[in-house]
Amino acid sequence: MSSVEPILQIKDLRTSFFIDRGEVKAVDGVTLDVPKGKTLGVVGESGCGKSVMALSILQLLEEPGKIVGGEILFNNVNLLQKSEKEMRDIRGNNISMIFQEPMTSLNPVYTIGEQISESYRVHQNMGKKDAYQKSLEMLRLVGIPSPEKRLHQYPYELSGGMRQRVMIAMALACRPDLLVADEPTTALDVTIQAQILELIKDLQTKLHMSVIIITHDLGIVAETCDRVAVMYCGNIVEQADAEELFERPRHPYTAGLFNSLPRHDQEKEELEAILGYVPSPIEMPQGCRFSPRCSYAEEICRQQNPDLKTLDNTRAVRCWIYSDGWKGSKEVAYHG
Amino acid sequence: MLQFIVRRFIQTIPVILGVTLLVFSLIHLIPGDPAQIMAGEAAPEATVEAMRERLGLNDPLHVQYGRYMSSLLQGDLGQSVRTSRPVMDEIQPRIMITIRLAIYSMILSIILGLVAGVVSAVRRYGLLDATLMLAALFGFSMPNFWLGLMLIKLVSIDLALLPPSGWGTWQQGILPIITLGTGGAAIIARMTRSSMLDVINQDYIRTARAKGLKERVVIYKHGLKNALIPVVTVVGIEMGMLLSGTVLVETVFAVNGMGRLAIDAIRARDFPVVQGIVLIFALIFVGVNLLVDISYRYLNKRIELN
Ligand SMILES: Nc1ncnc2c1ncn2[C@@H]1O[C@H](COP(=O)(O)OP(=O)(O)OP(=O)(O)O)[C@@H](O)[C@H]1O
Ligand code: SF4
Ligand SMILES: [Mg+2]
Repeated sequence: MSSVEPILQIKDLRTSFFIDRGEVKAVDGVTLDVPKGKTLGVVGESGCGKSVMALSILQLLEEPGKIVGGEILFNNVNLLQKSEKEMRDIRGNNISMIFQEPMTSLNPVYTIGEQISESYRVHQNMGKKDAYQKSLEMLRLVGIPSPEKRLHQYPYELSGGMRQRVMIAMALACRPDLLVADEPTTALDVTIQAQILELIKDLQTKLHMSVIIITHDLGIVAETCDRVAVMYCGNIVEQADAEELFERPRHPYTAGLFNSLPRHDQEKEELEAILGYVPSPIEMPQGCRFSPRCSYAEEICRQQNPDLKTLDNTRAVRCWIYSDGWKGSKEVAYHG
Repeated sequence: MLQFIVRRFIQTIPVILGVTLLVFSLIHLIPGDPAQIMAGEAAPEATVEAMRERLGLNDPLHVQYGRYMSSLLQGDLGQSVRTSRPVMDEIQPRIMITIRLAIYSMILSIILGLVAGVVSAVRRYGLLDATLMLAALFGFSMPNFWLGLMLIKLVSIDLALLPPSGWGTWQQGILPIITLGTGGAAIIARMTRSSMLDVINQDYIRTARAKGLKERVVIYKHGLKNALIPVVTVVGIEMGMLLSGTVLVETVFAVNGMGRLAIDAIRARDFPVVQGIVLIFALIFVGVNLLVDISYRYLNKRIELN
């Protein structure tokens, strides 16, 4: 556990899609916590369940997705026991979300002002005029040039980066305690990416928010996150403070991820890719999900999935290596 | 926008010219000698010749067309062969009846179609959706005249609830409007459903939900307005079908509109009247499509780049 009190705790969350071919366990026992006022990065390869986990927090899943178990404690209250109406009051008000695709996440037929002011009108019962005034302030806050003009423009008149700023303005309008940003910069140019991340960091300090940043870019994690949760096949395999994690990854998958990063201090950029493929969510391997690709795997790994085990006070790992009965080497290779 | 409207207006001019040309040629396109047909098959040669003279059929075609156009510009559609009255006077008392019938039916189509389409999309793959779409399939494939006859039998004869014919009171209006509006409602419902289903899966709908909006607001405010854009085009095409539908519906319900006049005129081989009606129908159709184009553009101008 982190030393700071968590604002959000997810315990053994399980979310599945029930399709014709069977149950797709997209999130299968995720446990993590978000320290108050800090940034948690969630990393993992494409398809490991990051977005599904994020959507589960706000219960925004669509058919045939369904949360089948676990708890999501927000300020120690289980969100999964709230009614739809209570959840509506939380969405965009206490917890907000921004998405990967700024180009399509804004409604093309309404002005920017209309879309931002909606948050104020629904959560703070504000009149139209006041809501527009507040929206203007928000546009200013997220650094949009000539905000008065933008207020009356439609999304197509804005670039991708500007639209993501508008999304941020919209998400933060009601000063939420938690912002869930699902790959907020993946669709943007590199220079714009940096600006958007900086903006999120900056606003986090100003507004005293907690943030979850979902990404598959370890560079972003290194720059912006206080804590990191590594996800693999619907599980969290390792969670630790960012610094510690980068210093010494404990889980073979985390180490593999880091080892596959191109390093700038080396002449020959030799990439050590993780061997094998991500298993299909319909046919999960028995035992540890990483076992078919793991060079440390022993017999027990193929039989039983390890539990998430707290190592030090601040780190949790889901791997048999750190159990008492482990006979093999306890050193996970990492050349960081 | 104004520029667009003006340009679009100018573009309709050649269309209207084309229509007049077609309508003018109508009389020459039918097989046989128009004067003979109009005068009646058994008419003596002298009568036929008089008819030919009266219609100016002896002049070269371009002279005839020139004459036709110049009188058209003065609002003169020629003379009815049957009653010898100006065609304009024949049409005038009936035109508003047909336009009312068409407009009310259109309104019914739009309201029914939109509601059914949205409900279907929201309850997709459910029982209500299946029922509504089956009903739409029926409404779509049922011929107007048959539906009209069935309604007369059921509602007017068996249940004796509404009058089976005529036009004037609201009771007389109900059955023809339902008959004429059903097909359009079915098409609009199907179009709205598919358009809505497409919209519901868009990212901005998820954004709207993430904002904490009520599902109703998400669907109607954020969804429907986007879903309407393709539906508008269908409404334009639908209006054309509706106009042609008035011919049958007015006949079935004995409504004294232009459609019925058209049938009577065709039966009596009263070509000037037929020409006049076809021209007016065509002009209305062109006008409606102009309106549709403008509203489509209005709805669409905000997403030009997408
Ligand atoms: N609508 C759906 N129907 C069926 N399965 C789904 C659906 N949405 C997601 N999944 C499953 O859930 C898994 C996790 O998807 P998710 O979108 O959370 O991945 P992700 O980690 O966000 O990936 P990315 O980095 O590509 O965004 C996918 O592998 C997919 O099989
Ligand atoms: S549990 Fe075994 S297979 Fe899984 S990561 Fe650890 S060592 Fe590898
Ligand atoms: Mg994702």
